[in-house]
Amino acid sequence: MSLLDLANPTRFLALTARVLPWLAAATIILLAVGLYQSATAPDDYQQGATVKIMFIHVPNAWLSMFVWGVMSIASLGTLVWRHPLADVAAKAAAPIGAAFTFLALLTGSLWGRPMWGTYWEWDARLTSVLILFLMYLGLMALWRAVDDPSRAARAAAVLTLVGAINLPIIKFSVDWWNTLHQPASVMRISGSALDKSFLIPLLVMAIAFTLLFVTLHLAAMRNEILRRRVRSLQMMQASRVAFSSEAGTGARGENASNEVGAA
Amino acid sequence: MTMSLGPYASFIVTSYAAAAVVVAILIGWIVLDHRNQTQRLRELERSGITRRSGRSAMDAS
Repeated sequence: MSLLDLANPTRFLALTARVLPWLAAATIILLAVGLYQSATAPDDYQQGATVKIMFIHVPNAWLSMFVWGVMSIASLGTLVWRHPLADVAAKAAAPIGAAFTFLALLTGSLWGRPMWGTYWEWDARLTSVLILFLMYLGLMALWRAVDDPSRAARAAAVLTLVGAINLPIIKFSVDWWNTLHQPASVMRISGSALDKSFLIPLLVMAIAFTLLFVTLHLAAMRNEILRRRVRSLQMMQASRVAFSSEAGTGARGENASNEVGAA
Repeated sequence: MTMSLGPYASFIVTSYAAAAVVVAILIGWIVLDHRNQTQRLRELERSGITRRSGRSAMDAS
C-alpha cells in the first residue's frame, strides 16, 4: 500500500482498524518487559535507585522532540504536497506530544530535586523544553480557535515549521551552553556512555513509548477523520434545513400572490 | 522479590505514577472521543443525512 493509497481516508480507516489491535498488543508487551527490566535494573553508583526515573524521563524527552518532528513533516505535507491526511496527522499528534513533553518536564523535575537539589533551573535545556511544551499548547489553541479545518491547517503548519527551529536548540543546548543538564550519553558518535544494564531497559522503554505514540496517533487520526465527517454531514443537514425553509417561504409567497390574483 | 528504592522512593514512585496517570488520561480521551464521534455519525446517518457514495468529508472539500 503506497502513501497515495493512504490519501484516501476510507482506506486509511480500514488500515487502522486492522493494524491498531496488533500495535496495542505489541505496546503492552514491550511496556511490560521494559517496566520489569527497569524495576530489576541495578542502582547507579552515584544516583542510586533514582536512576529508575531515567527509564521514563528519557523516552518521554525523546518523544517530545520526535512528535514535533512528525508534525513538521506533516506540515510540509500540508503546505507542499497538500496530502489530505497531513493536517489530520499534525492535529492528532499535538495533544500526544504535549503529554509526553509534560511528562519529560515533570519526571526531570522529580529527578532533579534529589540529584541537583532543585526541581527547576532556568538552564538552556530545561527552558527550551518548556518553550516546546508551550508551543504544543499554542498549536492546540490555534486548532480550536479556527472553525474551518483547512484554514487552521495552513496556519498551524506554518507555526509548526517555525517551531521546528527549537528542536536543534534543545538537542545541542547542552553542548552550546554551560548547563546543569548533563550532555548526551546514549546517542554519541563515540558510542553510548551507559552500561548495558541501564542501556537495555532504556532502549526497550524508548521503543515501547514510541509504539505507544504510534498507536495513540493512529487512533487519534481515526477520530479526527470521523470528526470531519460529522462536521461535513452537519453542514449538509443545515443546508438542507435552510433550503427546505426557503422553499417553504417561496411556496407561501406564491400562494399569497395567487390569492391576490384570484381576488 | 522486594525492591528497595532507597531514600528517594517517593520521587521514583511519583514519576511512574504520573506517567501512568497521563497515559491513562490520553487513552481514555481517545477512546471516549471515538465513541462520541461514531455515535454522532450514526445519529446523523439515521436521520437520513449520508455521505455521497461513501466519499469522505475530506474528499468532498
